[in-house]
Amino acid sequence: MLASQTADPAAAHRSAAATLPAPPVTPIATRLVRLVIAALVVAVLVFCWHEAEMNPLLLWRDAGNMATLGAEFLRPDFTDWQVYAQNMVETLAIAVWGTALAVIAGIPFGILCAENVAPRWIAFPVRRLMDACRAINELVFALIFISAVGLGPFAGVLALFVHTTGVIAKLFSEAVEAIDPAPVEGIRGTGGSSLQEVIYGVVPQVLPLWISYALYRFESNVRSATVLGIVGGGGIGMTFNETIRGFNYPQASAILIIVILTVSALDVVSQSIRKRFI
Amino acid sequence: MAAALELDRVTKSYGAMRAVDDVSLSIAPGERVALIGASGSGKSTLIRIASGLALADRGVGPAAVRSFGVPVQAGGRLAGEVRRARRHIGLVFQQFALVGRLSVMTNVLVGVLGRIGRLRGTLGLFNADERRTALAALAEVGIAVHAGKKARQLSGGQQQRVAIARALVQGAKLVLADEPIASLDPKSAKRVMDTLVTMSRDHGIALVVSLHQVDYATAYFDRVIAMNAGRVVFDGPASRITASFLTELYGASAEELILPSQFQPSATPAATERAGLVSAS
Repeated sequence: MLASQTADPAAAHRSAAATLPAPPVTPIATRLVRLVIAALVVAVLVFCWHEAEMNPLLLWRDAGNMATLGAEFLRPDFTDWQVYAQNMVETLAIAVWGTALAVIAGIPFGILCAENVAPRWIAFPVRRLMDACRAINELVFALIFISAVGLGPFAGVLALFVHTTGVIAKLFSEAVEAIDPAPVEGIRGTGGSSLQEVIYGVVPQVLPLWISYALYRFESNVRSATVLGIVGGGGIGMTFNETIRGFNYPQASAILIIVILTVSALDVVSQSIRKRFI
Repeated sequence: MAAALELDRVTKSYGAMRAVDDVSLSIAPGERVALIGASGSGKSTLIRIASGLALADRGVGPAAVRSFGVPVQAGGRLAGEVRRARRHIGLVFQQFALVGRLSVMTNVLVGVLGRIGRLRGTLGLFNADERRTALAALAEVGIAVHAGKKARQLSGGQQQRVAIARALVQGAKLVLADEPIASLDPKSAKRVMDTLVTMSRDHGIALVVSLHQVDYATAYFDRVIAMNAGRVVFDGPASRITASFLTELYGASAEELILPSQFQPSATPAATERAGLVSAS
């Protein structure tokens, strides 16, 4: 046995290879399809290059401008830091209320979107409504609400509220759809109402995920709220817009630094809180 | 007095498979009945239909289910009074069906939801009297000391006794238990069966327990209903259940039901496992 194995392993290998089927060959049709797909991707990229008026040469031609801009940004001017801090607080306030209202509205909408709780004829239209809230960007909602309630942070709050409700309802309903149905049946078996089934059977199961999602949306809303001001939705974005338009780059730089520090600090705090709930 | 549970020609299909096939039965108030059968014989489906958690097929027989005269379902539709019927039907599940993140106390208090005001129940404003009742029920099943813990911190046997306490607080007159001991170790299983039967005896609660261990059925119950392929194949005194009778009823699949002491030793791992289970209990 041992002798025959050591005698000629190469021969044994060859005979084994002879019985193996031929290695697979990619058919020509498949190769053609791949080629067409690659050509399509290139065509889309070329088309969009023209549509987006891409012109890297501008960066090079206007390098002087870029250099000036860079230099100005490198010496931030914190003279008015108290104004910026005040604006940053306003931005945070917009995010807090935008998220809070969205969570309050998102809970019932999220439950009504969940197909294991709500009947289809309710879940379907509510989902489409939430899709619409989500599909439209906060900035667009801000423009709409500015014409309704005027320039300022309240328009920003409303914009965040509507968009975030769409997002939160989706996240919350996905959590509800992943629950264990048994505890809910336990509540149903005692003769509880449908609302009581949700409160005692569903909510305790999804609460940690809901809290985590709400905090995550708060983080993103702080980032969104800094932008809202640019269209007139209040907060630090408004001030930033003014300084940039007035070519006060050192001040704009100071504002950006304050935004970056605040957002990073909040992210760190919020993430550490979220970790406790999952 | 109306029967604790009455099924009139109930059929339930899943696709082409008839999980419950034209079953009629009646359980008297205070009666204790074991529902036996191999896995897939329709025991769980029957219990889900009896509690209105599953609906019978439409257009196949009257398919009526009543508990103490209150309709649960008929003709494949839930009765309008199903919530009233559920109030006096306590349910015990194989996987306990407790809300793990809520306290043991809250899980038991949920039992009063059916009979207190809708708003008070929804807001969770249980009064001192109801809390005392809950604690008394927990003491009765022997786990009052764990009242403040989260349900998921308890062992399987303890969780099952929480579910029994919930049925007690509910004031159930009929308890349906679907494989209550199938997920438990032998010692906990015996404890849970003792608790169920004591509860039934002390409070005059009718009890239907589905089991696949025949030794428990004959030890704890006077009446046994045996199911096979969705049909009731035997309904009578537990004393008639013997190894040879089970083999007659179930053929080869009787092996799953018969205790190894009655059955000729078999080399299958499942049988060996059951042998350990039975000797330990």
